[in-house]
Amino acid sequence: MKIAVLVKEVPDTWGDRRLDPSTKRVDRSSDVVVDEVDEKAVEIALQLQAANAGSTVTVVTMGPKRALDSLRKGLAMGADSAIHLVDDGLAGSDAVQTSAALAAALAPRGFDLVIAGNESTDGRTAAVPAMLAERLGVAQLTALRTLHVSGSTVSGERVTDDGYVDVETSLPAVVSVNEQIAEARYPSFKGIMGAKKKPVEVLGLGDLGLAAGDTGAANSWSVVHDVTARPARTGGTIVTDDGTAATQLADYLAAAKLI
Amino acid sequence: MFTLTRDQVALVDAVRDFATNELAPHAAEWDETHYFPIEVLREAGRLGLGGIYASEQFGGSGLSRSDAVRIFEELAVGDPTIAAYISIHNMVVWMIDRFGDARQRARWLPSLTTMDALGSYCLTEPGMGSDAAALRTRAERVGDQYVLNGVKQFISGAGAAAVYVVMARTAETGSHGISAILVPADAPGLSFGPLEKKMGWHAQPTRQVIFDDVHVPVANRLGSEGDGFGIAMGALNGGRLNIGACSLGGGQFALDKAVAYLKTREAFGSPLIEKEALLFQLADMRMQLEAARTLLWRAADALDRGADDAVPLCAMAKRMATDAGFEVANASLQLHGGYGYLTEYGIERVVRDLRVHQILEGTNEIMRLIVGRDLAGA
Ligand SMILES: Cc1cc2nc3c(=O)[nH]c(=O)nc-3n(C[C@H](O)[C@H](O)[C@H](O)COP(=O)(O)OP(=O)(O)OC[C@H]3O[C@@H](n4cnc5c(N)ncnc54)[C@H](O)[C@@H]3O)c2cc1C
Repeated sequence: MKIAVLVKEVPDTWGDRRLDPSTKRVDRSSDVVVDEVDEKAVEIALQLQAANAGSTVTVVTMGPKRALDSLRKGLAMGADSAIHLVDDGLAGSDAVQTSAALAAALAPRGFDLVIAGNESTDGRTAAVPAMLAERLGVAQLTALRTLHVSGSTVSGERVTDDGYVDVETSLPAVVSVNEQIAEARYPSFKGIMGAKKKPVEVLGLGDLGLAAGDTGAANSWSVVHDVTARPARTGGTIVTDDGTAATQLADYLAAAKLI
Repeated sequence: MFTLTRDQVALVDAVRDFATNELAPHAAEWDETHYFPIEVLREAGRLGLGGIYASEQFGGSGLSRSDAVRIFEELAVGDPTIAAYISIHNMVVWMIDRFGDARQRARWLPSLTTMDALGSYCLTEPGMGSDAAALRTRAERVGDQYVLNGVKQFISGAGAAAVYVVMARTAETGSHGISAILVPADAPGLSFGPLEKKMGWHAQPTRQVIFDDVHVPVANRLGSEGDGFGIAMGALNGGRLNIGACSLGGGQFALDKAVAYLKTREAFGSPLIEKEALLFQLADMRMQLEAARTLLWRAADALDRGADDAVPLCAMAKRMATDAGFEVANASLQLHGGYGYLTEYGIERVVRDLRVHQILEGTNEIMRLIVGRDLAGA
C-alpha cells in the first residue's frame, strides 16, 4: 500500500497567533510547527504501514522553503520519503487552488491512501481533503477518529455532532482524521539523524503542470474582505458566594443550556 | 561549536517535547510519592536516551558528548531527578560499550539501550567515597569465577536495575588492584539495603548493594584485571558533564519561573520585576547559567575530541554548572517569597534535587582537587 500523508506547517498554538491586517492572511512570522493533527496522521500511517507489509509512507507538504523542517519531522518519525510543493506562485493559494496543486502532485504518483488532518489549526477550512478527493476522483472518508485498512477496504468511525457513524469504502481513497486518531510517537535520535538521508522530491509549478495563473493569492477563487482581531476577553460573570453560590452557578449554566 | 546544526536543533526539540509532555507534568507527584517511573524510562529508551553516546551496533544512538549535554539540560528542565538517573544509566552503558568484549556487548547492550533493563554504577562504599582507590569490596578469583563480598553505598537505581557494574578489589595494589565486574540482579547472594530517606532525588531509589559470596563468571569482567579504576574514572568524565547539564536544566527552569512570577507579583504599587535590585538579581542568575553552559559545552567538545585537557575541563564544568544550578534555584526560591517555600510552586523540589549534584560524581571539592593538581603538575 502506498500511503501519502498531508502535513502542514502552522503557527505554534502555544504562542500568540494573529492575522496580518495588511495581507489579511495568517501571520507566519512567529514560531511554526507541524500541525499536531498532522503528526497524528503520520502516526496512524506508520501504524498502518507496520500492519501491512510492503507499504510505504510519503509525507507531502505545500509551503515555503522552511516547511522542509515539517517534512523532516515526518521523516524522523519514520516516513520513507517526502514531497515538497514549493513555488512563489503557490503562496497565498486558497483551499480550491491548494487541492489542485496537491492533486497535481499526487495523481501521477498513484497513492492508494491519502491521509490528512481534518482541519488545520490556522486556516480551519477543513475543505482540502474533500476537494482533493474530488479532484483525484476517489472516495473520501472525513473526520475519522479510527482508521483501519483490510485488503482493499478502508473503514473507520466518522465523528458527527451526535456521536459517530461507521463508514467504509474501497481504496484508493482520501481520508481525514481528527485528533483522537492516535498519539504521535516522538522521533527517535536515529530517526532524526537518518531523516536527511531520505529522499525529498521538490516540485514547482512547472513540475506540477500548473500555469502561473492557476494558483497563488492573485488568482484566488475566494477573497478575504476583512479581518478583525478577536475582541479582548471581558471580565465574565463573577459569582459572589453569599451562601447560594452553588445555586447561582447551576442557574447560570442552566440558562446557557450547558446543564 | 556555538551554532547548532539543523539536526542538533531537531534533537533538542524532540527531547524538549518528551520532557514537557512525559516528565514535567508528573515531577511533583513522583517526588511526593517517591515513585521511580520505569515505564517512562522505557519510553525514553525508544527515543534513544538509553545509549546516547554508545555506538549504534547494539542499539546506541551514536551521538556526541556535546549532543548529550544539550539533551540532559532539556530533560532536567522537565525533571532533574529522572534526567540524572538517565545519566547514570548512560555511564554504565558506555562502560560496557567501550570496554566490553563482543559477547558482553551483545548480551547486555540491546536491553540496556532500550532501557528495558536498567544499569547501576557501584563505586562508593560506606567507609569511602572521595578516596575511591581505597575501596574494599573484594572479588576473589576461584577457578573461572569471581566471588564478591562487601557493601556499596548510595547506589542509584539499586533494586530496580538489572545489571550492576561493580568496582571491586582483585589485588592489594591500590588503584591498580581494582576491576570492573558486571553483576546481574538475579545473582545469588546479592541483596539491597532499605531505601535511603533523603533530601531530594525522591523519584529514584538510593540503596546499599550488598554482596555476600556472590559468584559471577570471570567472563563478566570489563577489560583486564586491574583496569577497573581507570574504567570507572573514564565513565565519570561523561557523568560529570551530564550531571552539570542536569543542574543547568533545573536552574533554567527555576530562572524562567522567577521571571514569570516577578512579572505578575505586585508589591509597593508595581510588578516586582520593575524593582531594579530584583532585575539585577535575575540578570546575575542568567549570567551564571550562561557562563556555566559555555564552559560545559567547551568541556564536552574537549571530551569529544579526546583533548589532553578534557579531564580538568570536565571537572571545572561540573563544579561550575552544579554550583550555578543550585545557586540559581535557591535564588529563585527567595524571589518567590513564601510561595517559593511551598511545594506547589515546584521550586523547592528543584532546590532539593540539585543540591546533591554538588556532592556526587565527585564532590565539588574533589573537582577543585583535580583542577588544582593539574595546575600544580602533580
Ligand atoms: C543521592 C546519592 C546518590 C548517589 N549515587 C551513587 C551511585 O549511583 N554510585 C556511586 O558509586 N556513588 C553514588 N553516590 C555517592 C557519592 O558519589 C559520594 O557520596 C561522594 O563521592 C562523596 O563521598 P562520601 O559521601 O563518602 O564523602 P567523603 O569522601 O567522606 O567526603 C566528605 C567531605 O570531605 C570532602 N573531602 C574528601 N576528601 C577531600 C580532599 N582530599 N580534599 C578536600 N575535601 C575532601 C568531600 O568533598 C566532602 O565534602 C551517591 C550519593 C548520593 C547522596
